[in-house]
Amino acid sequence: MPTVSMTVNGKAVSGTVEGRTLLVQFLREHLGLTGTHVGCDTSQCGCCTIHLNGKGVKSCAVLALSCEGANIVTIEGLATADKLHPMQEAFREHHGLQCGFCTPGMIMSAVEMVRAKGHDLDEKTIRKQLEGNICRCTGYHNIVRAVQAGAAAMKGA
Amino acid sequence: MFDFTYHRPATLANASTQLANAEHKPLAGGMSLIPSLKFRLNRHAALVDLGAIAELRGIRREGDTLVVGATTPHAEVAGSTLVRQALPALSVLAEGIGDPLVRNRGTIGGSIAHADPAADYPSAVLGLNATVVTQQRSIAAEDFFKGVFETALQPGEIITAVRFPCGPLTQRAGYAKYRQPASRFALVGVFVVQTAAGVRVAVTGAAPSVFRFTAAEAALNKRFDPSALEGVTLDANGLNSDIHASAVYRAHAVVEMAKRAVAAALGQGGSN
Ligand SMILES: Cc1cc2nc3c(=O)[nH]c(=O)nc-3n(C[C@H](O)[C@H](O)[C@H](O)COP(=O)(O)OP(=O)(O)OC[C@H]3O[C@@H](n4cnc5c(N)ncnc54)[C@H](O)[C@@H]3O)c2cc1C
Ligand code: FES
Ligand code: FES
Repeated sequence: MPTVSMTVNGKAVSGTVEGRTLLVQFLREHLGLTGTHVGCDTSQCGCCTIHLNGKGVKSCAVLALSCEGANIVTIEGLATADKLHPMQEAFREHHGLQCGFCTPGMIMSAVEMVRAKGHDLDEKTIRKQLEGNICRCTGYHNIVRAVQAGAAAMKGA
Repeated sequence: MFDFTYHRPATLANASTQLANAEHKPLAGGMSLIPSLKFRLNRHAALVDLGAIAELRGIRREGDTLVVGATTPHAEVAGSTLVRQALPALSVLAEGIGDPLVRNRGTIGGSIAHADPAADYPSAVLGLNATVVTQQRSIAAEDFFKGVFETALQPGEIITAVRFPCGPLTQRAGYAKYRQPASRFALVGVFVVQTAAGVRVAVTGAAPSVFRFTAAEAALNKRFDPSALEGVTLDANGLNSDIHASAVYRAHAVVEMAKRAVAAALGQGGSN
């Protein structure tokens, strides 16, 4: 079986995979990084969102072998040892989650949104940019507030 | 998913060699291919990932032609200054495909090779009378789309780029899409272009394959204004009918989207 090497959350990793092994399987089953969730496995829900070379993508629709040499950041890569990332903190503060299943994907999308659209985000932009992430609990209202606050907080961070 | 051998060639020449085997299949963004492989609808001995072939990616202008490389992701087309200057309607279209995560990964070549009847790009390819370039030949838009998930591509043929006429050749263009809100694909989408040779109106989402709406073209050739489409109708016979919309509903929506596309081409009204 082929091997694949990439950088995940700043660390060089490699593993032996099948052609069909998905990036999300590699992260969860080979590396034990189970913060990245599988909600639908049909590219609809965004629970599996990670950053691939700086861009948000659905890791259930990317092959592990396509990521040879790539730089990956998952939800586990955002916080430091003793401090949550400002976007994580904002989700906690603004009650941007209920069951929490969609949250890793929401936060990864939100962090990329700030990179793409800046720190000053209006509600319309946030809702449009979150179209790839589905939440079955919150009704999105507090998620939008959390993203807005988190984006502003990232300015200082 | 059935297992397969994975190839990641660095050159088009190597990809062509690997795809000469009819059991091998190109992989671009994987946004359509990987979900379909999960259903085990198809089985391929090998996937040939086009993602490492530098010559297939990127956007450039050659005189009055905008050349978009096959593996250029939707987000790159949407964000490109070159596209915004040459064909703003194309960047509006790309910005409306799926969601940001899909746009970061999905490619123009994959979209038109897949030829989903509800995909957005086919309407721009046909509306703008673009040329689809492969490693073997150039295919006119009119000859490219053949039916549901069916194109003129032969096994082993790789799309390398799409060439869109721009500049004085396309005076004005606009795209309007009525989104199926859950999938975000086009329930119907209409791309309208005013060219020196006349108006072209291309419709996606409404029929098994993208088509030209000739009655609307005739009306808009007389007067390029949304009001010119008052009273113009599209025959619902042969249009798609599903749980989201009946054929009659789609026929009506096409005319309305055509009006909005003309308004967009004239710089009136917001985006969709
Ligand atoms: C949630 C979701 C929402 C979406 N919404 C929309 C939408 O609103 N509008 C829309 O238009 N699309 C939408 N899509 C589809 C999306 O645009 C896909 O990116 C696109 O259809 C396929 O492009 P790809 O690069 O991912 O191709 P892949 O999935 O990699 O390939 C698709 C097919 O094309 C072939 N292929 C790929 N590249 C080439 C090439 N260069 N030469 C020859 N054959 C090739 C492959 O072999 C395969 O058969 C959506 C997808 C998802 C998952
Ligand atoms: S699990 Fe990947 S999009 Fe739902
Ligand atoms: S918090 Fe439960 S799915 Fe979003």
